[in-house]
Amino acid sequence: MCTVCGCGTATVEGKAGEAHAHDHSHSHGHDHAHSPDHPQPHEHHNLSRDGHHHDHADQSNDHAHRGDQAIDFGAGLAGVHVPGLDQDRIVRIERDILSKNAAFARANRARLVERGVFTLNLVSSPGSGKTSLLVRTILDLKPRFPITVIEGDQQTSNDAERIRATGVPALQVNTGKGCHLDAHMVGHALDTLDPPPASLLFIENVGNLVCPAAFDLGETHKVVVLSVTEGEDKPLKYPDMFAAADLMLLNKVDLLPYVDFDVAACMANALTVNPRLQIRTVSARTGEGLQAFYAWIEAHAAIVVASTAKAG
Amino acid sequence: MHELALTESLVAIVVEESRRQNVSQVKVVVLEIGAIGQVEPESLRFCFDAVTRGTIAEGARLDIVTVPGAGWCLDCGKTVPLTERFGACPECGQRHVQMTAGDELRIREMEVT
Repeated sequence: MCTVCGCGTATVEGKAGEAHAHDHSHSHGHDHAHSPDHPQPHEHHNLSRDGHHHDHADQSNDHAHRGDQAIDFGAGLAGVHVPGLDQDRIVRIERDILSKNAAFARANRARLVERGVFTLNLVSSPGSGKTSLLVRTILDLKPRFPITVIEGDQQTSNDAERIRATGVPALQVNTGKGCHLDAHMVGHALDTLDPPPASLLFIENVGNLVCPAAFDLGETHKVVVLSVTEGEDKPLKYPDMFAAADLMLLNKVDLLPYVDFDVAACMANALTVNPRLQIRTVSARTGEGLQAFYAWIEAHAAIVVASTAKAG
Repeated sequence: MHELALTESLVAIVVEESRRQNVSQVKVVVLEIGAIGQVEPESLRFCFDAVTRGTIAEGARLDIVTVPGAGWCLDCGKTVPLTERFGACPECGQRHVQMTAGDELRIREMEVT
């Protein structure tokens, strides 16, 4: 498991790694072709897909392996609780765990819409070039819009400093142990940053293709950035982020001559998980494709500003 | 996904509800988790023990009820079972399926004294 954030690491399909002890041995009768660009520490994620049968892989949810006790078949409340025989009682709650974040996100959104602040939540894996893209975008769009930036990272203010060097206000939010920004953090950042009316707000999320997908910050759109030095199957590997986004920027296209990256396959993968996803290919380094991204921003920002003007 | 943050929210809701209902101890928490949702139940259990320590829910058992996945297929015009997030319709094979169940992450109830 990820020791920083507590994210689960399924080492075998359908089962978490740390919670059940392996007292059986795996025999590996299949060949692993390890290509040199194998992206991650290899933990035999796809054993059963390779034809190697793992005893646990197919028993999806009919029993629970607890860290502290024996295998527990259907230890449901109904089986152990006898109403009226003890003083125990059942309290119905029926609340979504993410409801707290959703409430903060609603408040942020209301506040941003009221002021006509067009807000983009930029998400990607670390190293896709979000900050470079943002620096370039700010320099190009600064003459046209007031811009503010919220920078999310676990540690350091390096990114906020890079943004401030462009001359726009930026606020760093350090999440500490957290691997995503949540709506509560962004609410605090808005208090401090106070984005001006009819402006652009960029929120650069923590580099992480998993967790930020589930946390609405109150943004107008999520923009997922993928670079051509990553795998073209990332939309399939991390579908939630691509499903949650409205726009995908395929960055670093200036490197295409040097890498084996199939742009068409990548786009097809992204559209498989999100048929409504819009895609632009860009290079923050050369500026290629950025005009199309700016046009997208202007068109969508106009909608927000116009609706605010009408309401006001 | 980020199970630690989720578990913190879960325990916060449990503690808040316990205070309101004058609970002296939480014995069982029942969660509904979608089978094709974004949460890893084992990781949630792992975090639950750590996060409940020192709260009214310390030592409570976590019961997880799995909600099967389902979706509305636009082409077939009906609800179909889904075994895979963003998967295809099992009847027509098209991917025009809107997930309607299986993404749950809810606290259903808790058993208290």
